[in-house]
Amino acid sequence: MSKRIEVKAAMSGIFYRTASPEEPPYVEVGTEVKKKQVLGLLETMKVFQKVRSPVDGKVAEILVENETPLKDGDVIFIIETE
Amino acid sequence: MGRTFSKILVANRGEIALRIIRACKEMGIQSVAVYSEADEDSMHVKQSDERVCIGPAVSAKSYLNIESIIQAARDTGADAVHPGYGYLAEKKAFAVACLESGIVFIGPKPENLALAGDKIAAKTRMQDAGLPVMPSSPGGVSTIEDARAFAEKIGYPVMVKASGGGGGRGIKVCHNVAELEEEFPVARMEGRTAFDNDEVYVEKYLTNPRHIEFQILADKHGNVIHLGERECTIQRRYQKLIEECPSPALTPELRNVMSRAAIEAARAVDYENAGTVEFLLDSDMNFYFMEINSRIQVEHPVTELVTGVDLVKEQIRLAAGGTLDYSFDDLNRRGWAIECRINAEDPEKNFKPSPGTIQEYHAPGGYGVRLDTHLYQGYELPIYYDSLLAKLITFDLTREGAIDIMRRALHEYRIEPLKTTIPLYCQVMDDNDFREGNFGTDYIERFLPEEDGEEDDDL
Repeated sequence: MSKRIEVKAAMSGIFYRTASPEEPPYVEVGTEVKKKQVLGLLETMKVFQKVRSPVDGKVAEILVENETPLKDGDVIFIIETE
Repeated sequence: MGRTFSKILVANRGEIALRIIRACKEMGIQSVAVYSEADEDSMHVKQSDERVCIGPAVSAKSYLNIESIIQAARDTGADAVHPGYGYLAEKKAFAVACLESGIVFIGPKPENLALAGDKIAAKTRMQDAGLPVMPSSPGGVSTIEDARAFAEKIGYPVMVKASGGGGGRGIKVCHNVAELEEEFPVARMEGRTAFDNDEVYVEKYLTNPRHIEFQILADKHGNVIHLGERECTIQRRYQKLIEECPSPALTPELRNVMSRAAIEAARAVDYENAGTVEFLLDSDMNFYFMEINSRIQVEHPVTELVTGVDLVKEQIRLAAGGTLDYSFDDLNRRGWAIECRINAEDPEKNFKPSPGTIQEYHAPGGYGVRLDTHLYQGYELPIYYDSLLAKLITFDLTREGAIDIMRRALHEYRIEPLKTTIPLYCQVMDDNDFREGNFGTDYIERFLPEEDGEEDDDL
């Protein structure tokens, strides 16, 4: 049975899908990911934190666009896991 | 006497914007605040005489937007701009844009800004002027082979530094060849992305030195004075946390020698307005020129409390052509001042930022307390800007007295429910080594929880 796991913003901040504008996004829908793999970045008050996958699985949905300001607890990704 | 300004645009936000607006009010000068869409409710916007929205929340489109700020100055008829610190304060292009628009830039000349931003050129100029500088590669290093050769010549540990770096970014400490080979390309990359300049240099690294800086003032008529030193040793990741004036490490003789060197440094670059000359001091009391900061410093209040000189008003007066007709020895100096930079960061959790809305606010007061802050009850911290909440500064006739007042004031201060660095400073004020003035740059580490290896999440 596959489960859908939500990945939420740990605090409010600006979400980035890439490390810099020239680089490709960390993940796309369908990307296979390992537990702790970096999915994106969250910038809060000039500090960047990595958003990591809590499980092994596959990126099922990306719910927010690059450079979107998020609130604490907003869902960013849905990871599908076995 | 002389000319002054009728209206100053303050090209900054937060506590420093408020600090400058307060100086304007006291001088009878009109003030214009600029603000981003995220800062509509910010205190500097409420306190200024006029206000102009200069763009969206992201700094690159507002507080770093030269065109928009110059336009705001024109529209409001401001005859001068004060840049504060950070943002455009040390951007030569901004100073030039002001000049070309007939607006006075309250700060150093564009040439001073360019030199201060280029650390290799600044060091070379200081060496030529006879100042002691840290042994380093004579110019930029572009290959790992050259980096290795210089490191072997000057001896490990070494630092790889981005030539265009600042604020502690683009600095890598390497204890051996392996670390150098790993960090060299990273430093170049960071320099390229953060400062658009991938030139790096290799410099001798002092283990646990002290950071001592001298406040400089220079007028347009060739007079250069110093206003004593600030002790800025207590840092974390090259970000200053606690500063004081004077330094518990300096003897009057050493202060004399270092202050002369600081004035020499300012003269060597034909410096104008307020600036700071930073030195490193090793355990044998040898000092080395590090850099010139061509702006008002965050930690300027400790100098103000001890010397009685309002540095922001002096910046404004000197930019209008005023003369320095006094020197350090004429000042009625007394006592001791200490500053704690209170950040919205959790010291228990690797200094993670702590955004939010202030639900309960109580500011400390009483004898010997100065508080520079833009906070108020109900204020929501924007996520877009740095985490400096307040500068708490205390003053007394003795260092011990200033520490006692600081400890008391820190315990009074309530900024709920945010996590702040206040509990960390409470511990420091009770620490014997701090009270005895006995510390180096690694001092703060003893108060921090061991990093558990998974805490690599802040980049």
